[in-house]
Amino acid sequence: MRRIVVIGAGPAGMAAASAAALHGVDVVLIDAGAKLGGQYFRQDALAAGDRFTLPRNVEHVASAAVWAIEPVDGGHRVHLRIGPADGPDRRGRAVEARALVLATGAYDRALPFPGWDLPGVFTAGAAQALAKGQGVAVGDRVVVGGTGPFLLPVAASLIGAGARVVEVAEANAAVTGWLGNPVGALAGWSKGGELVRYAGTLARHRVPYRSRSAVIEAHGSDVVESVTVARLDALWNPVQGSERRLEADAVAVGFGFTPQLELALAARCRVEDGFVVVDAAQGTSAPGVFAAGELTGIGGADLAASEGAVAGAAAAKFVGAAVEPPVRAMARVRSGRRFAAALNAAYPVRSGWHDWLRDDTIVCRCEEITKRALYRAVDERDVGGVRSLKLVSGAGLGLCQGRVCGRNVAELAGVDGTGFAKRPIASPIRLAELAEEEPVETPIDAEESGRVLGVEY
Amino acid sequence: MRVRFDGVEVEAQEGQTVAGVLLAKGIRSWRTTRGGDRPRGLFCGIGVCFDCLVSVNGVPDVRACQRVVAEGDEIRTQAGAELPS
Amino acid sequence: MSRIETADVVVIGAGIIGAASAEALSAAGMRVLVVDRGAPAGGTTAGGEGNVLLSDKAPGPELDLAVASRRLWPELIESLRAELGDEVARVEWEPKGGLVVATDEDAVGPLSILAEAQREVGVEAVDLSRDEARAMEPHLTDEVAGAVHYPGDAQLQPVLAATAMLTAVRARGGEVRGWTEAHGLVFDDAGKVAGVRLGDETIACGAVVNACGPWAGHFSVAAGAPIEVLPRRGMVLVTAPLPHVVGRKVYAADYVAAVASSDVDLQVSAVVESTATGTVLIGSSRQRVGFDEALQVEVLRRLARSAVKLFPVLAGVPVMRTYGGFRPYTPDHLPVIGADPRFAGLWHASGHEGAGIGLAPATGRLLADLMCGREPEVDPARFRVDRPAVIAEVRT
Ligand SMILES: Cc1cc2nc3c(=O)[nH]c(=O)nc-3n(C[C@H](O)C(O)[C@H](O)COP(=O)(O)OP(=O)(O)OC[C@H]3O[C@@H](n4cnc5c(N)ncnc54)[C@H](O)[C@@H]3O)c2cc1C
Ligand SMILES: Cc1cc2nc3c(=O)[nH]c(=O)nc-3n(C[C@H](O)[C@H](O)[C@H](O)COP(=O)(O)OP(=O)(O)OC[C@H]3O[C@@H](n4cnc5c(N)ncnc54)[C@H](O)[C@@H]3O)c2cc1C
Ligand code: FES
Repeated sequence: MRRIVVIGAGPAGMAAASAAALHGVDVVLIDAGAKLGGQYFRQDALAAGDRFTLPRNVEHVASAAVWAIEPVDGGHRVHLRIGPADGPDRRGRAVEARALVLATGAYDRALPFPGWDLPGVFTAGAAQALAKGQGVAVGDRVVVGGTGPFLLPVAASLIGAGARVVEVAEANAAVTGWLGNPVGALAGWSKGGELVRYAGTLARHRVPYRSRSAVIEAHGSDVVESVTVARLDALWNPVQGSERRLEADAVAVGFGFTPQLELALAARCRVEDGFVVVDAAQGTSAPGVFAAGELTGIGGADLAASEGAVAGAAAAKFVGAAVEPPVRAMARVRSGRRFAAALNAAYPVRSGWHDWLRDDTIVCRCEEITKRALYRAVDERDVGGVRSLKLVSGAGLGLCQGRVCGRNVAELAGVDGTGFAKRPIASPIRLAELAEEEPVETPIDAEESGRVLGVEY
Repeated sequence: MRVRFDGVEVEAQEGQTVAGVLLAKGIRSWRTTRGGDRPRGLFCGIGVCFDCLVSVNGVPDVRACQRVVAEGDEIRTQAGAELPS
Repeated sequence: MSRIETADVVVIGAGIIGAASAEALSAAGMRVLVVDRGAPAGGTTAGGEGNVLLSDKAPGPELDLAVASRRLWPELIESLRAELGDEVARVEWEPKGGLVVATDEDAVGPLSILAEAQREVGVEAVDLSRDEARAMEPHLTDEVAGAVHYPGDAQLQPVLAATAMLTAVRARGGEVRGWTEAHGLVFDDAGKVAGVRLGDETIACGAVVNACGPWAGHFSVAAGAPIEVLPRRGMVLVTAPLPHVVGRKVYAADYVAAVASSDVDLQVSAVVESTATGTVLIGSSRQRVGFDEALQVEVLRRLARSAVKLFPVLAGVPVMRTYGGFRPYTPDHLPVIGADPRFAGLWHASGHEGAGIGLAPATGRLLADLMCGREPEVDPARFRVDRPAVIAEVRT
């Protein structure tokens, strides 16, 4: 039987599922969310039905957390729990497939600053997800901060959800610089028009947009009451005397994105510079495992979808479907990556943020590890790797398993942070669930598994 | 539909998450930390940070941003680390 | 920190055994260089638990070493505190005692026979009734057929302990060099060890200690003096932080049989303990799969089952992490500690299997005593390198 599993139903995963299905392959498309769409196409959760329809031979398994991927002869076994998130009675299921498309996306990188652990401080993505999916604004007076074009749609959504956006603080140069250069680097980038619209929304609502600035502190006793915004020098050190206090009940900050790597690492895909390495067919270093979307590099929804189309076709070919190279999607991937590279180069994270922290600023939110405690562990014990760093400092040992603090802690401690993403249990599972026997559906049959098809275009 | 938060009845809608219900009511925090006893609520909004933990129907360590409410859910503030009841 | 050019001793491997060996050697006045091809304390030592157990060992040489080590651990921690301060000496030492529980009648007999034998050699072991056991651990299953309390069992955090000892080595003029692989040895004209090859560099030294854990066999081959040390895989589950549920180290009586077994097949029996941060660790499996790191859900499933059997309250608790490592074992299940008979100046300290954390200080002490020509406290004979199980069966 020709069948693949796609994990993640965002732009990349949906495109992969459709592409494979169009080649006559059965697809099991698994996503933690109740509806299709992932982050970019996040649907209104309160509306009935699903906006998207996929080919009939795609089985969409919704509200399903993939908690482990296990290598088996000839492929992988994907373990999921289906049902109310984190509930004790979710249904277990294990699906085997010779080809797998990983499209697990990314999440916001949040940099720490004094007060960032107060309720009322959110990631930019949280503000976006709550506005789009739940129709709520995270606050009444919101300061948006961080870096990159993503801050614009976030501010626009907040306005749409009824919040007043007090200010947008961009730590690098203004995104509008890009907008003013339509024939240059931005030419052909489909997001350009979208950004112009968001910029228009901001202008209409007279939202100040300040470049080279950041929220460097949030104030309040039990909830955010105000924030300090400062101008930054080229290295992101706050410029003395430039601090301004703004009244706000919420802050939404995002400094780019971090890919959700744990399933790729469990499938033993090679990761370099923080992203899954893929070839022209979106194939990873692990045979039969393809990756698409933000896992392979941060480049936005269009690139994610193009990569998904290529990955889905390649996975279909891997399981024996007759597939011609999807040359147009492949060309879109190539040009999309060029824009993505230019964009990422324009919105780097500079090390000046290290100095926003005070000694008692929390760096690991779960375990409440302060900068002082982290530095002490590093200085006194001189560890050089993530595994031992976690165990001597406590950072990254909590429930989020270093998703939020990993990159920041690794940067502060001067070690390579990839190890933080090693999470063989990709999503918590209760002991009784784990203890339960779980029938394996459609195991890979022995004859099939003997055949190894390469996908080369 | 109706759910309860810390014993008080709250109106909720089909498809809302626990976090969506609480934020719409202006409630910003529904958990205290284990170490510092500090208030926490929503942070990442998409299930990665585990800051939004809440107890639902006697089961703690449920992510409020991920959990879709069901009629009659008994939602409670989670104080530090708790055992299921 | 300046790099040292020559050393009295180079210790290869900065796990708990290398760290304890280097600590003892530097305490004896030697200038020690410790190298590790990865991050210090990032190997097996970061992949296990921190049980310091007497309870799981039958009378014999390993128990003798364990008894010495159990006495040495708190002394060592105190001396590190005096030398380097509270922060470095923070190793989460908890002399909490152990509780071995038989959940079916068949296991009661062997458990009390073992306890009796242990008492004869001076280990404190108290037989408990079901109610006494449950009074000690209120969340324990009510299906207790028999239990034994071992007040001497203790726990610490292995990476904190190893890094504390390495900090002491540095403070005494030694060096710890991570991300540095040892490729082989250099000999003088008389055939005695004169140095160790680290990448392009050769460090001159008087002695080399092979403390490469489960990779000690590999290094011994590279050194031209093979010994038989093999990997036995183990996995651990970590729960979300919990309020106080488990007080002691609690494990099922069949654990002792699993530890002693030479079976290739998967063996799982629960060892349940809480840590200083509130998580509960559920160990551990034993499996011979070479150095294969692939996740096996069946192993996790069986760990979960055995833990819930001991503590039904854990059923609804989330597991957030699993990790594991490769226990270094020898065919006769005893560590190798001592001089290599083939090359003067080559020493081995490895093969501690599932007990290296507990056995570390006594191992370091024994090695230093032998190297310095002091009278050792523990009889070194059974740990000799030239015993047949270790040296004669070598497959190269
Ligand atoms: C919160 C957030 C909001 C965003 N909003 C926008 C926006 O409005 N506009 C914009 O241009 N860009 C937005 N982005 C950027 C975004 O990453 C994309 O450009 C785009 O959605 C990437 O597509 P993708 O398919 O790679 O991943 P995603 O869209 O992120 O989809 C990944 C999917 O994988 C699922 N998944 C991951 N792990 C598992 C698992 N273990 N088990 C089951 N399912 C799993 C997730 O539930 C998710 O649905 C947002 C990013 C974030 C983090
Ligand atoms: C799941 C599990 C649970 C356990 N639980 C316990 C317990 O509760 N109590 C207990 O006492 N023990 C326990 N153990 C056993 C204990 O972890 C080991 O016995 C101990 O860590 C071994 O220490 P080591 O220093 O010999 O090895 P390691 O910690 O592996 O150190 C060896 C080091 O040598 C380095 N190395 C290897 N080759 C070279 C080379 N050529 N050049 C340079 N460096 C090299 C490696 O990088 C490594 O860091 C457990 C083990 C496992 C796997
Ligand atoms: S807010 Fe981050 S997990 Fe819910």
